[in-house]
Amino acid sequence: MARKKRKFPEIPTASQADIAFLLIIFFIVSTTMDVDTGIYRVLPQWVENVEAPKINKRNTFVVLINKNNDLAINGSFAQISDIKDRLKEFILNPTDDPNLSEKKEEMVEGLGLVSRSQGIVSLQNDRGTDYGAYIEVQNELVKGFNELRDEFSMNRFGKKFSKLTPEEQELAKKAVPTAISEAEPQEIK
Amino acid sequence: MSKFNPEGSKKTMTSITTASLPDVMFMLLFFFMVSTTLRENTVNVTQNVPYATELTKLEKKSLVSYIYVGSPRGAYKALYGTDTRIQLDDKISKVDEIRPYIVGEWEKRAEEDRPKMTVSLKADEKTKMGIINEIKTELRKAEALKINYSSKKKVVDQKY
Repeated sequence: MARKKRKFPEIPTASQADIAFLLIIFFIVSTTMDVDTGIYRVLPQWVENVEAPKINKRNTFVVLINKNNDLAINGSFAQISDIKDRLKEFILNPTDDPNLSEKKEEMVEGLGLVSRSQGIVSLQNDRGTDYGAYIEVQNELVKGFNELRDEFSMNRFGKKFSKLTPEEQELAKKAVPTAISEAEPQEIK
Repeated sequence: MSKFNPEGSKKTMTSITTASLPDVMFMLLFFFMVSTTLRENTVNVTQNVPYATELTKLEKKSLVSYIYVGSPRGAYKALYGTDTRIQLDDKISKVDEIRPYIVGEWEKRAEEDRPKMTVSLKADEKTKMGIINEIKTELRKAEALKINYSSKKKVVDQKY
């Protein structure tokens, strides 16, 4: 009695779609897709009991935000929309105003002599300042520096900063450094 | 059937073959697996991050540690009140717990990735700067110097 040769049983694939579908739903639920964006900043190193470095008064651009989120630039009231233009004027100092930042000819490797501003932005705030207002000011300052870099890149390379190669971007960053100092908060009346 | 088919047409509805359905599903599945990241923790503090225009994208999520700041929400409100709190991982924490947290995060990463570690500060826009400054001081002491003030894209009218 010869047995009929048994056929290899096939696994049914009808439910495969359902399995895949279940997996998709699991992944949709348990994962996120949002990209985190924000203002990137490098904090200064922590040093115990450091003496404030002596900086010539003309080289500081003091932005002060008090607890009512009012703004002052170098001691006088200002509007948020003023910051960017005041900052650019301060850094570029086209008329060599003795009250605005000092410029020095400096050697930058790969660029040669570059007239670099010695100006530093000092951002001061009160303990009661709103974070939102602080970020708004930070944003304006970063925007100012970004525009300065764009202008520098246009003059030097004939392209906008974002269109430069990474090496050129590094050079432009060296020529126009983001000089923002975040001081410890003070009680501002 | 012909009873319901007054025309009496001989054409039958051709059914779409479902043989390729699993493949389509798997393609979708792979898309989701590649383009998303696992949800890490539930945020229990308010998160209305401020708006800004000069944004940088945080490319590598595995190199980012998060600090959430805001007032507790949901069930946490009853427990912690409405004062601004800091959340590290899943826990509402105190300022002095930041340093051990950063050290822990530091140790989790491979040695070559450690210098690239970034801390994303996800703070509510109504937070007072006092607490932010305390966090910043702690981060500086912990030598986690690369930070990212998390903010959303502000749409600016280009015409004006």
